[in-house]
Amino acid sequence: MTQTDKDVIIIGGGPAGLAAAVKLHELGVRDILILEREHALGGILRQCIHDGFGLTRFSQTLTGPEYAQRFIDAAAEQGIAYMLDTTVLRMSAAHAVTAASRKGLHRFNARAIILAMGCRERTRGALSIPGARPTGIYTAGVAQSYINLQNTMVGKNAVILGSGDIGMIMARRLTLEGARVSAVFELQPYPSGLPRNVEQCLYDYDIPLYLRHTVTNILGDARLQAVEVSEVGEDLRPLPGTQRLYPCDTLILSVGLIPENELALDAGVLLDAHTGGAVVDESYQTTVPGIFAAGNVLHVHDLVDFVSLEAERMAEAVKRYLAGEQAKPAIAVSAGRDVAYALPQHISGARDALLTFRPRRPLRDATLRVLQDGQAILTKRFPRMLPAQMEQALLPAAALKSHNPVEVVIGDA
Amino acid sequence: MLKLYTCILCPNGCEIRAEVGEDGQPAAIAGHRCPRGEAYVRQEICAPLRNIASSVLVEGGELPLCSVRLTSPIPKARIFDMMRLIHAARVPAPVELGQVLIPNALGLGCDVIATRNVGEG
Ligand SMILES: Cc1cc2nc3c(=O)[nH]c(=O)nc-3n(C[C@H](O)[C@H](O)[C@H](O)COP(=O)(O)OP(=O)(O)OC[C@H]3O[C@@H](n4cnc5c(N)ncnc54)[C@H](O)[C@@H]3O)c2cc1C
Ligand code: SF4
Repeated sequence: MTQTDKDVIIIGGGPAGLAAAVKLHELGVRDILILEREHALGGILRQCIHDGFGLTRFSQTLTGPEYAQRFIDAAAEQGIAYMLDTTVLRMSAAHAVTAASRKGLHRFNARAIILAMGCRERTRGALSIPGARPTGIYTAGVAQSYINLQNTMVGKNAVILGSGDIGMIMARRLTLEGARVSAVFELQPYPSGLPRNVEQCLYDYDIPLYLRHTVTNILGDARLQAVEVSEVGEDLRPLPGTQRLYPCDTLILSVGLIPENELALDAGVLLDAHTGGAVVDESYQTTVPGIFAAGNVLHVHDLVDFVSLEAERMAEAVKRYLAGEQAKPAIAVSAGRDVAYALPQHISGARDALLTFRPRRPLRDATLRVLQDGQAILTKRFPRMLPAQMEQALLPAAALKSHNPVEVVIGDA
Repeated sequence: MLKLYTCILCPNGCEIRAEVGEDGQPAAIAGHRCPRGEAYVRQEICAPLRNIASSVLVEGGELPLCSVRLTSPIPKARIFDMMRLIHAARVPAPVELGQVLIPNALGLGCDVIATRNVGEG
């Protein structure tokens, strides 16, 4: 087993890990190492070949691989060290990191650790759909990887469960590749992905989107033959007597993403039940000093631009930590009415904090309010808010009245 | 007649309302957060344009596929013609990001370009 000391170990070489590394290097932190499980840098973007990335970060619309390449090139130019085919197995609160590659086990001691492991997809198991277990059922990301990276078509006649962005993007991709996509079914009364994807991925190709519907049975022996779909009621439970059969050989699941946090739990990092990611302060520092998190491992992002920006802000905080700044989490931040989650979960009060949140339901003419001591210390209006769209608001340190807890609430017109 | 559009040019996805006259011309357009939205709706009303992304088969590469996109959007009605052209194409490795793989595709004035590097296998 090799043993190495590093200033910063970055776990994951996707957009979050890369942006953090490039920024740290720019800030003069040079003793850094990225550990990446896959055979290439770039993370999930390597398989997202459609365009629409980069408008916020680069003021230009790029495809996933092009966006990732910008950061890969920047990292190469700076000579940032990375190890591929290297999976981190363990991490301790004392900053010991154990990773495995074909060369064997490696042990690192880091002054700071950055968690950038991304997320994984929710599967059929997590949904517990009854019925047979034939082949032909894929999560959207797995289908995307088969088609876009491995040149393997997944089927000819597909049905999609869940209206997440990746599911809608796969509906278009399958259609372009010559498959028939008969419908997308969504449990909630609203789409869970962005309106632009409903428009350009479904409506452009006459793919119907059925809201308040779910798959209630799966039929087929060796290969999937059909799914039974039912309407759901207000309580989101299937309504008896509404079943319809949809013949198909492929079922694509786009039913949510879960931050990849087994390693964080190992080190005793406290997780937030709403985000599935670490509890952090305004510096993206977790509850274990010197362990930071950004990107999908912290909370699921819909847009990579915000992943990069978050990782860059975190890198600045890591630099301050290495220079000796101590975190003093003092003020608790909680998600109140109509807020699905709010980050950070606690703040020091010493610095401005960028609040990141999602609404619990679609809202029009919505007002975000940050309350402390019964008073609104920040108010921001939004013409429209959607659960599919992450929102942000800057909470200046000067706005804080005390060290009492802060609550984030949303009200509509 | 009032028509509703969702602008697809950026993730904001503005809902845009357009009052379309009997001559098919938009009289009033509202709801766009930036000027690109208005231009988008005018284009949608007369001739919708879309960009597409796909992949091209690579011969002798480290990977079987190279992802591609168009350098500018094409008429919506030509998407499947473009897909047939992209499916039929074969390119030898190595391929470099930005490389033109099919110039002036379908004579529409746009190129099919590589969006990643694919080295020799
Ligand atoms: C299937 C899918 C499709 C998406 N499509 C889009 C899209 O089209 N447009 C968009 O803007 N956003 C999309 N997203 C959103 C996504 O949030 C971002 O685009 C972005 O890729 C997230 O960056 P990240 O670095 O946090 O995570 P990732 O890109 O997932 O990168 C995490 C990296 O960490 C590595 N890793 C994980 N665990 C370990 C370990 N133990 N040891 C070593 N390495 C490890 C992984 O191999 C991976 O390379 C998609 C997300 C998913 C899951
Ligand atoms: S109108 Fe402008 S801001 Fe709105 S979706 Fe279109 S490009 Fe984006």
